[in-house]
Amino acid sequence: MNREDRIKAFETLLGERIFVMDGAMGTMVQGYNLDEAGYRGERLADHGSDLRGNNDILNLTRPEIVEEIHRAYFDAGSDIVETNTFSATTIAQADYAAEDLVYELNFEGARIARKAADAAEAAEPGRICFVAGALGPTNRTASISPDVNDPAFRNTNFDELAGAYKEAARGLIEGGADLLLVETIFDTLNAKAALFGIDELAEETGIRLPLMISGTITDLSGRTLSGQTPEAFWNSVRHAKPISVGLNCALGAHQLRGFLAELSRVAETCVSAYPNAGLPNAFGGYDETPEETAREIGAWARDGLVNIVGGCCGTTPDHIRAIAEAVKDVPPREIPKPPRRMRLSGLEPFEVPA
Amino acid sequence: MSETMEKTETGEVTETGARFVNIGERTNVTGSARFKRLILEGDYETALDVARQQVESGAQIIDINMDEGMLDSKAAMVRFLNMIASEPDISKVPVMIDSSKWEIIEAGLKCVQGKSVVNSISLKEGEEPFLKQARLVRRYGAAVVVMAFDEEGQADTADRKFEICKRSYDLLVGTVGFAPEDIIFDPNIFAVATGIEEHNDYGRAFIEATRRIRTELPGAHVSGGLSNLSFSFRGNNSVREAIHAVFLFHAIKAGMDMAIVNAGALPVYEDIPEDLRERAEDVVLNRRDDATERLLEIAESFRGQAKAREADLTWREQDVSGRLSYALVHGITDFIDEDVEEARLSLGRPLDVIEGPLMSGMNVVGDLFGAGKMFLPQVVKSARVMKKAVAILLPYMEQEADGKARSNGKILMATVKGDVHDIGKNIVGVVLQCNNYEVIDLGVMVSSAKILETAKVEKVDAIGLSGLITPSLEEMSYVASEMKREGMSLPLLIGGATTSKVHTAVKIAPNYDGPVVYVTDASRAVGVTGNLFSASNSQNFAGEISNEYEKIRAHHARGNSGAKRLTLEEARENATQIDWGSYEPPKPSFLGTKTFDNYDLGELAERIDWKPFFQAWELHGRFPEILDDPKVGETARSLYDDGLRMLDQMISERWVRARAVVGFWPAASDKDDIILFTDESRTERRSVLHTLRQQRIHSRADRANLALSDFIAPLETGVADYIGGFVVTAGEEIDGRAKKLEAAHDDYDAILMKVIGDRLAEAFAERMHERVRTEFWGYAPGESLSNEQLIAEDYRGIRPAPGYPACPDHTEKPELFRLLDAQAATGVSLTESNAMWPASSVSGLYFSHPESRYFGLGRIGRDQVADYAARKGATVEEVERWLASNLDYDPKAAAA
Repeated sequence: MNREDRIKAFETLLGERIFVMDGAMGTMVQGYNLDEAGYRGERLADHGSDLRGNNDILNLTRPEIVEEIHRAYFDAGSDIVETNTFSATTIAQADYAAEDLVYELNFEGARIARKAADAAEAAEPGRICFVAGALGPTNRTASISPDVNDPAFRNTNFDELAGAYKEAARGLIEGGADLLLVETIFDTLNAKAALFGIDELAEETGIRLPLMISGTITDLSGRTLSGQTPEAFWNSVRHAKPISVGLNCALGAHQLRGFLAELSRVAETCVSAYPNAGLPNAFGGYDETPEETAREIGAWARDGLVNIVGGCCGTTPDHIRAIAEAVKDVPPREIPKPPRRMRLSGLEPFEVPA
Repeated sequence: MSETMEKTETGEVTETGARFVNIGERTNVTGSARFKRLILEGDYETALDVARQQVESGAQIIDINMDEGMLDSKAAMVRFLNMIASEPDISKVPVMIDSSKWEIIEAGLKCVQGKSVVNSISLKEGEEPFLKQARLVRRYGAAVVVMAFDEEGQADTADRKFEICKRSYDLLVGTVGFAPEDIIFDPNIFAVATGIEEHNDYGRAFIEATRRIRTELPGAHVSGGLSNLSFSFRGNNSVREAIHAVFLFHAIKAGMDMAIVNAGALPVYEDIPEDLRERAEDVVLNRRDDATERLLEIAESFRGQAKAREADLTWREQDVSGRLSYALVHGITDFIDEDVEEARLSLGRPLDVIEGPLMSGMNVVGDLFGAGKMFLPQVVKSARVMKKAVAILLPYMEQEADGKARSNGKILMATVKGDVHDIGKNIVGVVLQCNNYEVIDLGVMVSSAKILETAKVEKVDAIGLSGLITPSLEEMSYVASEMKREGMSLPLLIGGATTSKVHTAVKIAPNYDGPVVYVTDASRAVGVTGNLFSASNSQNFAGEISNEYEKIRAHHARGNSGAKRLTLEEARENATQIDWGSYEPPKPSFLGTKTFDNYDLGELAERIDWKPFFQAWELHGRFPEILDDPKVGETARSLYDDGLRMLDQMISERWVRARAVVGFWPAASDKDDIILFTDESRTERRSVLHTLRQQRIHSRADRANLALSDFIAPLETGVADYIGGFVVTAGEEIDGRAKKLEAAHDDYDAILMKVIGDRLAEAFAERMHERVRTEFWGYAPGESLSNEQLIAEDYRGIRPAPGYPACPDHTEKPELFRLLDAQAATGVSLTESNAMWPASSVSGLYFSHPESRYFGLGRIGRDQVADYAARKGATVEEVERWLASNLDYDPKAAAA
């Protein structure tokens, strides 16, 4: 099955069942206890900067580890895995002096994930597995000043971000990703730059993959780090006509529910959600059991809040297995048809009837 | 009734959104000289205030324009937008990025995370740049204003305006794929009444073009900038405002749904004097050839009259002390700046102004209040004058070394942790300040630690605690015990709706060794503090209180042991007898929840129960009779006028966001519990609500021992019954507004607003209950009751609230909120004591059975507490803590 057919199948199947994504990549990589040399592998043994902790670099240095993790998630029942490219932008890789490797990181990230997907499909005829090319938030923000004394200062800007995302997206698409996923959005302006770059690229190449968008509500205030409510966030990104919009990270399923419901009420597209395994404990680890996470997500599904579910920080293949079981026979959320409105936003939504 | 029934569809979710949008115009260097000066001088901080002010006065979008020859306009646009991003009270609204240069617009688009509006693009330079810019606007994710401008120039006739808009629309929607609802046309507002004949039709042409755009170009909006229109009358604001109001009145009717205006400065069409209105209308609509001359004839007589008001100003002839005293007693702030300044200059030291004329004026107020000749609303108004006067003097006092006024004492006030209610506390604070006490108000939801620490750091003379919900009583006891642990001895004052002298004596005073005094209401507060702080009398006073509370404790202990109660089993046997076999419960029109946003406030305003409004201000009596009361009538009328004014303002400036969620579920009772099912098949349990049963021995044998579960058909009858639930709120904006008023020393309006917010929330609850009875549950479709009958609850069915007498357990609220997904639906959240935030909110359950009625639970025994705890999966200690006021035994003694 080629990518075009897979995309068609994806769009059809979304109307029929709830899709399951994968869980944490970082949590799984930790289990391999890699040291500096482990991260460098042979390929980057002489790299001029420390690489330990740069999980995305493993796409080049330890592809077998990345593939094994993807396979574990497909085995657990994931329909979609995310590429290991969360920080694979020139902006985020600057910390490791690895900007030059960015295209390759994305290309390889997509290729490895697709390889695992093909293997899973071969092992189970009839099954279709999808690869979502992940585009993370970067470590800079376009609408928040890092300098308390100068609120107008920025350490990145729209053009730089749009360019970085465009390059990453090109690698992901050419490496074989089926979908693109702009995720863990702390600052909607960063995401808008990503959407801008992706749209430019689609126009240039003629290849337009289904787009998933996932924001992050950073705490119980119910707002993104840059201050938007879920509905305001949706109004800011809906022009990209994503196949899904959702929330991930920062909170556990229990805390996320109210904000997810808010988004689910207004979004006239599919809704995705992949929470952390609860809130972090005193040591920064996550304690929520697969059963606990799955119970909450199962309730979301039964209450018609979601079309795509999965896990973020602290979740494991066991979590995904339990989640997949919990949503197995539950029909997907119906897409609402809200009335035609001009829907604007600042930090809060504002609409004018047409 | 039929009239209100027709209106019922308004306000539901499908009807939300603004019908007419005010776009703030002051952040525009071409329109505001002040803003231009600030930007040119690089004073962006103050320029932000201009933006903030626009949002506060009701601008729903702010227009930002930096097109100025002396300026690096692109850099200014970027800098200002970046600065706005860190000001949540500005950046909460969308921005309109306004420039005639595409380059500046694009730079602006790269700075905003929200969905903004581009102002503007047009066909001025032909189709190619138009299409290019339109595609980019779409890619950036913004809406767009399109000017009625093409290669030939700006359109001035109705036909040309429409033709250009239609051509633009077809290109945007057809060629670019732009969403029609994201297109706003600006068909050019030009100056009228200029003396040039061809300009006479400009107003009418705009209105006509608007009508055609709205009917023939579906989805698109119409906007315009008003300031040009009346340009020929510059310098005469009364006439300019009249022209604008008349123009808007007609343009809005034709479908204009946005305008760039000075938000907050628009007069209402009906308020314009008739002759002015008619002549302005002639001009705007081009109704007669001599329209301009006729408007000019009368224009001069309106110059400068915009805000004039008739008033008796003879009191201004007194000397400055007399004037200050008069202003204080009558609550007039209009002249306070000049009078205070005059007093400061003549007396030399600012402190002398405070301790001289201001204090003596406040003494008059205090005496009149003490003698029952002035009432609370007037006192709070007087306090507003005093605070403003002190605020004027403060900068001068800080320059002096001994610039500290003597006060009668320093009092810390706080609403305790978990509670959000503060109207009563704020009133007491104001009254104390009027009597020259220094008040440190820590606000609401204040932890014990914060109270104790502030008390120590500020060296206060007393602490006042307030709270409205029952769990706050427990928190007050805790604060008292903490004060004891810290070895404090200063007086502790207790107040608030659920507090009482008995509770203070029995539950709070024993935890603390210093004086603990219950304060009934604001008018008593000064007497209490006066006695406590008096050098000669404080010992005596504290001793008397202590003796009195000792007696109350003894009496309470006797009362407790004397009262006999039924066991829970006996009480259950005496439950309400309902013949379920011959009863068919009505079925709600829907199951699950229904959400309402921006509910029609007019519908709520007419349902306000005004009696509690006056009670909040310690004016007791029936409404409307109280307005003619020989003693307080005058005060009540003035307060009522102010209340109506505030209500109007709150509605017109959208400070109230009425949101509600209502839900119904299949239900059955199981002893004292109510089981909710997921659906009509009644197989899967969705939730269990727990109710409590009266255990008192009724004096009449035919009285049942009630629990709310009695009103729902028991499981074993197999009768298909239902229960409902709801949360309504007046929105969070009220608290924010009130804070700003407090910061501006206007406690009067702040308290007024909160009291009215509470009234609106109650009216909303009443209205939703009415719609539940007649419509959503629909068991009383023909019900037709007057507002008085509604207030008297002359109807079938009840809406009891967790935390109130029939079900005093606040911990039932979280389950109700979960069932309704209430936080997402209404923005109302629960504090750790299960108080609702924002405070102007109401929640409850709906029961439909004709026998269902309100009752008070009264005291319950340990057997029920144990049974209830087991049913809820809670510990006995938790239940005892939450139901402390309803226990007929002392848990400490029972545990021992």
